[in-house]
Amino acid sequence: MKLPTLREAGNEARLILIGIPVFIWTMIPIYHMFVFAISPKEDAFSGKLWPDHPTLHNFEIVFRQQHYFLRDFWVQFGNSVIIAGAVGALTLLIATAAAFSISRLRVPGGRMVMNFALFTYFIPAAFLAVPMYRTMGIYGLLNNHWALILAMVTIASPYAIWVLKQASDKLPVELDEAAIMDGATTLQIFRLVYVPLMMPSLVAIGTYAVLLAWNEYLYAFLLLSNDREITLPVALGNFLAADDSPWELLMTTGFIYALPPAAVYYAFRRYMVGGLTAGAVKS
Amino acid sequence: MSITLPVTDAPSPPLSARLAPSQVWGLLLLAPYFLVFLAFVVYPVGYGLWLARQPASYVALFHDPIFARAAINTLIFLLIGINLKMLIALFLSGFFAEQRTWIKWLSVLFILPWAVPSIPTILSVRFMLNPEWGMVNQLIFKFTGEDGPNWLNDPAVALTMAIGVHIWKSLPFWTLILITGRLAISHDLFEAADVDGASWWQKFRYITWPSMQTLYITCTLLSMIWTLGDFNSVYLLTGGGPADLTHVLSTLGIRYLRLDQLSLAMASIVCAMPLVLPLVYFMMKRLSR
Repeated sequence: MKLPTLREAGNEARLILIGIPVFIWTMIPIYHMFVFAISPKEDAFSGKLWPDHPTLHNFEIVFRQQHYFLRDFWVQFGNSVIIAGAVGALTLLIATAAAFSISRLRVPGGRMVMNFALFTYFIPAAFLAVPMYRTMGIYGLLNNHWALILAMVTIASPYAIWVLKQASDKLPVELDEAAIMDGATTLQIFRLVYVPLMMPSLVAIGTYAVLLAWNEYLYAFLLLSNDREITLPVALGNFLAADDSPWELLMTTGFIYALPPAAVYYAFRRYMVGGLTAGAVKS
Repeated sequence: MSITLPVTDAPSPPLSARLAPSQVWGLLLLAPYFLVFLAFVVYPVGYGLWLARQPASYVALFHDPIFARAAINTLIFLLIGINLKMLIALFLSGFFAEQRTWIKWLSVLFILPWAVPSIPTILSVRFMLNPEWGMVNQLIFKFTGEDGPNWLNDPAVALTMAIGVHIWKSLPFWTLILITGRLAISHDLFEAADVDGASWWQKFRYITWPSMQTLYITCTLLSMIWTLGDFNSVYLLTGGGPADLTHVLSTLGIRYLRLDQLSLAMASIVCAMPLVLPLVYFMMKRLSR
């Protein structure tokens, strides 16, 4: 093995000097949450960097719903799953249909609808939340899962349509023409040619919509309020209402809540990085 | 350039006859999104604007000191917070573009803040900064024997912390995008520059920056639009406190909504429009090319 030159060693040292602060900065809040989750109550409040007696007792309390704040944990977990799943499925359906129509069928007015969608994408979500809350009240959907599902579909689909349109513009027109020559109907082209070819983008968009819905706090907390209707993030926020909140249980619940999206993200990272970042900002 | 209109003498045939079957399908497939758009964007926005029509709400708004403070906080958040974040992202994109195994592993971890939901991590930071039991002040006490500051009770510090949380959360995303921009630059350019003996700064100034500046500016503007809607970083960390001094426009709108002052909530959002609409216009021009 050849010894590194002084210049190479200096370069390496510089990289490490950047890498260590980046690592610490990234991990601190997550590590802090993890330490809380495995600390018994006495250790949690003593500011130790590692608990004297690490335990999984907190997880047991959460899973068995043995605390006032956690009495509906599984119902709320289920609500989060149902809503995220429904938003993912509906967004995929609506956005794929719209992107196919705009990009492949070149329907009149498609470009205009695309611009509407882009405009929606750029309205800050917290601004739309205020009139959305009132509108859901008028539609009589407040405290109903459909309110959150429809709101999240509204927020997720513009970006979904845009990414899918960009991806489907890249498919050669000859494919559709060949299929038409073979006598395929529009629906057959959609089902047998378009959807299979778009699979990687569809996976990315489905994941995007599911994560967006699972992570949403603001809309969930405005649109749902009944304890058995709310999703997990709202339940986490409700911990703050009391002065003597059991922080170690809050952090444990938060840790459990954070695991599925992190797992989904890493499982689909291949698709996410290619499908989403390329579409996010076109230079 | 002259425009000639086609002369149509014959009465136009009914719509269904003029459209090819594929076009009918096109309209049908586009309809679901269009309905969602009408019901959940057009109607709420129109209704909201109608609620914000009275000049009285604007007068009330401008007499509310919290609104002025929120507007200033929002500007600080956007101008200082976002630019700082994007500069760090630009710097780190160079770091992560280096080919090393350990940097590859670090980049996998680095994505975590963006991959995990923001609620638990922001609450984790909030408790870390708790003056009595938080880990930060416990450590300060252990090493110096003095009580640490009451972090979230000072508006300037609390806002800085909220900006910090925002940067923590969204830095990975923007770094990732800037890395793809950097990797798209042809490697030959850097090799040629090395042969010519260019310094690190010269390589950045004459190769990296010119090929990345459009991307960088687009990212900055997009990040500004999204940050205007960043409710979580402020609301979950400070709740707008102490004494409603750390609100930004997005949390202020929700605050008015919770107080049942809907017309004030809408008016405060309308007041943000001069800031939002030019950014949106610019981004739409850029993205719908």
